[in-house]
Amino acid sequence: MKQNNSNIVEIRDLSKSYQRGDQIIHVLEDITFDIIEGEFLALMGPSGSGKSTLLNLVAGIDKADKGSIKVAGVEITLLSETELAHWRAVNVGFIFQFYNLIPVLTAFENVELPLLLTGLSRKERREHAETALNVVNLGDRMDHYPGQLSGGQQQRVAIARAIVTDPTIVVADEPTGDLDRVSARDVLELMCRLNKEFGKTIIMVTHDPRSAEKANIIRHLEKGVLNEAS
Amino acid sequence: MKLPKLILKNLFRHKLRTGLTILGITIAILAFGLLRTVVSAWYAGVEASSSTRLITRNAISLIFFLPLSYKDKIRQIPGVKNISYSYWFGGIYISEKNFIPNFAVDSKTVFELWPEFVLPEKQKNDFLRDRKACVAGRKVAEKFGWKIGDTITLKGTIFPGNWDFVLRGIYRGAYKGTDETQFFFHWEYLNESLKKTAPDRADRVGWYVVGVTNPNLASEVAAAIDRTFKNSLAETITETEKAFQLGFVSMTEAIVVAVQIVSVVVIIIILAVMANTMAMTARERIGEYAIMKTLGFGAWHIAVLIFGESLIIASMGCALGIGATFPAAKAFGDAMSTYFPVFNVQMQTIYMDIAATFVVDVAAAVFPAWRAAKLRIADGLRRIG
Repeated sequence: MKQNNSNIVEIRDLSKSYQRGDQIIHVLEDITFDIIEGEFLALMGPSGSGKSTLLNLVAGIDKADKGSIKVAGVEITLLSETELAHWRAVNVGFIFQFYNLIPVLTAFENVELPLLLTGLSRKERREHAETALNVVNLGDRMDHYPGQLSGGQQQRVAIARAIVTDPTIVVADEPTGDLDRVSARDVLELMCRLNKEFGKTIIMVTHDPRSAEKANIIRHLEKGVLNEAS
Repeated sequence: MKLPKLILKNLFRHKLRTGLTILGITIAILAFGLLRTVVSAWYAGVEASSSTRLITRNAISLIFFLPLSYKDKIRQIPGVKNISYSYWFGGIYISEKNFIPNFAVDSKTVFELWPEFVLPEKQKNDFLRDRKACVAGRKVAEKFGWKIGDTITLKGTIFPGNWDFVLRGIYRGAYKGTDETQFFFHWEYLNESLKKTAPDRADRVGWYVVGVTNPNLASEVAAAIDRTFKNSLAETITETEKAFQLGFVSMTEAIVVAVQIVSVVVIIIILAVMANTMAMTARERIGEYAIMKTLGFGAWHIAVLIFGESLIIASMGCALGIGATFPAAKAFGDAMSTYFPVFNVQMQTIYMDIAATFVVDVAAAVFPAWRAAKLRIADGLRRIG
């Protein structure tokens, strides 16, 4: 694989296995690939193929058995738990299948949450959170609690939370998996907009070929092995 | 928004559960406070005792008497400042349920030896002038509605018959811990009657109260008194008032220990309740903790959320419990004044309430916080959905 200066993610010989009872399950085996800055990558594959595990490793929320992961030049496999937490706060925006908003916080407070870890003032946090909510067209729903929002709206709040810190990469694990078709389309269009208008690098795990079509590049994982880009 | 706001929002997520836990802590702190106050009340006599007073009693037992003639011999012993004597009368006011500690005392010296019993000068003079006079503590007078000049009749149990006394004085305690439930009358009044009805029991006292010039001399004076009456028909045991009072407490020590154990058990029970609440809370929010960690929050942020919530619940319960302890202790003390003449909530009890709350708070939160802090994000995220 060629080295490229515009690579935002560089993965080399990455392996991950889990122990289940006496059995060792190899989820990922010697994965090597790069993601170019500004790319919208869709990772597809059947259940158990290791795509969510790969996403978690790139996002720094799981530890690899061996191999190297560099994100924006930082070798994240060498970071301690505390360093990884700081790194995630600055560099990664997360979008989950089930939105994972804090139910006792309003849309605004959920979006503001990652900013509490920054040195921003209250006023600056407010400005950032409002901007992010406006980007996802929920400026008028800031004071609503997740329970008062539809699934699609909740996912848009989650997207606003993911981008509010202006992260290096955005990772999305089945972002449309819990949504109806219309809401799924809206969310995907929003993600495309983030990628095209704001230049965000997005790594999305999906089962759905129609969702994957929105990405620039689709890669398939099968039994822990990554196929060539399509 | 800051983390404390999230703690507060989390706190009222399950209002019923939080409310019941706070109520449980309130009741536990109230029970703990009352039980500790019972223990304090048990030792009230010991706490109120003076280091300058010695008690001389019959070496065989308190129920055996001492001759009145010992008074002058004791007075001559170096280090003795003053001396008084008392006799347990054991009279009943109307019925046995109206227990009053009543004593025949040396009226001339009793207030000299017990300066903490404060009696107006006029009332003191009236008491000294009238041989049938009596003095009652403020609490007992209030309890039975006695006023100066009332005739009070006690039914004798040790000394049979109905004994009429005229209330000439109502004393107040100089300190918060002073017993205000006692009843005194003239020893001479009793002695004169005994001379007529039971001459062999006359000219005797129950015990002597000896004032010493210097508390540091107490043990020497006590030894000198007992030496003086060695090999006599009525040998003595002299001890400090504190040791004398402790002797009474030790007779019922098993009860005190039981009360202390129950008070600790109450705290252990509420600790279990609180720990269960916090464990349920943390278990329900494992997914949220995983999300927060994903967003970059560290283990200590999660620990702060759990400890903070536990602290607020425990503190609210503690504050309400302490607030309820004072009126409850007042009501309990009034109802049980016969058995607990001094029933005041001590500051030490409040400190123990706060310390117990802190222990409950930390102990209840430490395991859930540790589990949440150690949580692997990937494992936590798997719980969602």
